[in-house]
Amino acid sequence: MNDVAIVGIGMHPFGRHDGVTGMEQGAVAVREACKDAGLKWNDMEFAVGGSAAAGNPDKMVSMLGLTGLQFTNVANGCATGGTALATAYNAITSGVYDLGIAIGFDKHPRGAFASNEPVHPVDGGLDWYGGSGMAINPQFFSIKINRYMNKFGISHKTLALVAAKATRNGSLNPMAWRKQAFTTEEVLQSKMLAYPLTQYMFCSPGEGGVAMVLCKAKHAKKYTDKPIFLKAAVMRSRRFGSFEVKSSWLPKEENVGPTVDASLAAYEKAGVGPQDVDVAQLQDTESGAEIMHMAENGFCEDGEQEEMLQKGETEINGRLPINTDGGCIANGEPIGASGLRQVYENVLQLRGQAGARQVPNDPKIAYTHVYGAPGISGVTILSS
Amino acid sequence: MTKQISINEFVLNISDGKPYLVGGKCLDCENYTFPIMPGCPKCAGTRIEKAKLGDQGKLWAWTVQGFPPKSPPYLGENDPEKFKSFGVGYVELPEVIVETRLTENEPAKLSEGMNMELKLEHLYTNGEGEEVMTYAFSPID
Ligand SMILES: [Zn+2]
Repeated sequence: MNDVAIVGIGMHPFGRHDGVTGMEQGAVAVREACKDAGLKWNDMEFAVGGSAAAGNPDKMVSMLGLTGLQFTNVANGCATGGTALATAYNAITSGVYDLGIAIGFDKHPRGAFASNEPVHPVDGGLDWYGGSGMAINPQFFSIKINRYMNKFGISHKTLALVAAKATRNGSLNPMAWRKQAFTTEEVLQSKMLAYPLTQYMFCSPGEGGVAMVLCKAKHAKKYTDKPIFLKAAVMRSRRFGSFEVKSSWLPKEENVGPTVDASLAAYEKAGVGPQDVDVAQLQDTESGAEIMHMAENGFCEDGEQEEMLQKGETEINGRLPINTDGGCIANGEPIGASGLRQVYENVLQLRGQAGARQVPNDPKIAYTHVYGAPGISGVTILSS
Repeated sequence: MTKQISINEFVLNISDGKPYLVGGKCLDCENYTFPIMPGCPKCAGTRIEKAKLGDQGKLWAWTVQGFPPKSPPYLGENDPEKFKSFGVGYVELPEVIVETRLTENEPAKLSEGMNMELKLEHLYTNGEGEEVMTYAFSPID
């Protein structure tokens, strides 16, 4: 098998950029990533691109150069960026290509993601589902964390601690959308959008672009002094009995979600365990998701998050820093770009280039996790 | 009296007497879904028949929708001036756990495990003056 290295990263700032298309933001990220690796677009042998709402990614060759490369479009809801990376990873580990680029960008209208479409395909029309006021993403996250809090003793204050941490970390990140740090009190007192989650606990659909150049590990030193190795990039879909967004029904038998499956597979592939991870970026569509994903990715038992958060263990200076760039809560959620944003942040952390939010003591193993509708998870493990 | 019609008879039957939710039952593994699906997600079977679901169960999980849903797809009142928050959750019926609106919207009055029953809820009035009804579960003693 061929090991894979990340040798160049590029980002267009996240946020709202009126007059700039999502695809243009993607192109900016591509040029930055190529420059970071000392390469040009026409050096790329293949590209994988993901975008949910900003056009078919392969169209961007018109802006970047018509070189005739293989360009694959991918889409997996909020896990799209993770899929782009996993697909690029497979293209290199398989031996088919030596050098390529993973790209993610997006631009969404304002307001909560909503649709008519349940996770399970049904006959007979769909008007009743979104029409009746269901199928709204924030509802699902609220229902799921509400049940989780009751079951495992998580407090409202702990929900707020996650969001306060995210905005504090975001305030240290020049690429972040929201740079205003909120206190725990301010988070708790913001408008209740869907009990128990308040406005400042949620991320918003947004805009941004990220790209990264990958190559066979043995060639990495040609392009950079500090290659970062992609030890695992795994995607999993849901199994029967997992509780996913837009489920109009659930079976009585409960099963673990796709995050647990993807996480276990990634640890196995990378040959490390959760205790080895020095910094992690976890899907935080809202603060409850980060809490549940801490356990699903093996970083604690269900319920231990309460104490970990209260003690500050997931702060930048804590035992296990989580969402050091501010996560989705501070960066917003451009669906195609989010998963790659996490990896971008981890590359900076492992290179020691994360500036004011640098995790101390020279982190060596970094972990990312994305989760998307309708029950897809992507996990990556990087090492320096 | 104003005529009431179901938002979709395929999921909510109100034309055969007492309203009920229409699910699907797999004849191979006896798994229930809501609504009926063209294939069974549990055993991959395709021998599936319509099933009348029970109209009472226990609240499994819940939230309160505190902001007006986007329209489309939402068909109810979403004018921010007139919008009233509504409960949404899952109710465990004898056959399957279903997602549903709740008639109760106060967090203090909702708790997991409480007994619930099926009710009709007026969503909007259509161009013919008919009241379009959806389903909601309501706490019972
Ligand atoms: Zn079956």
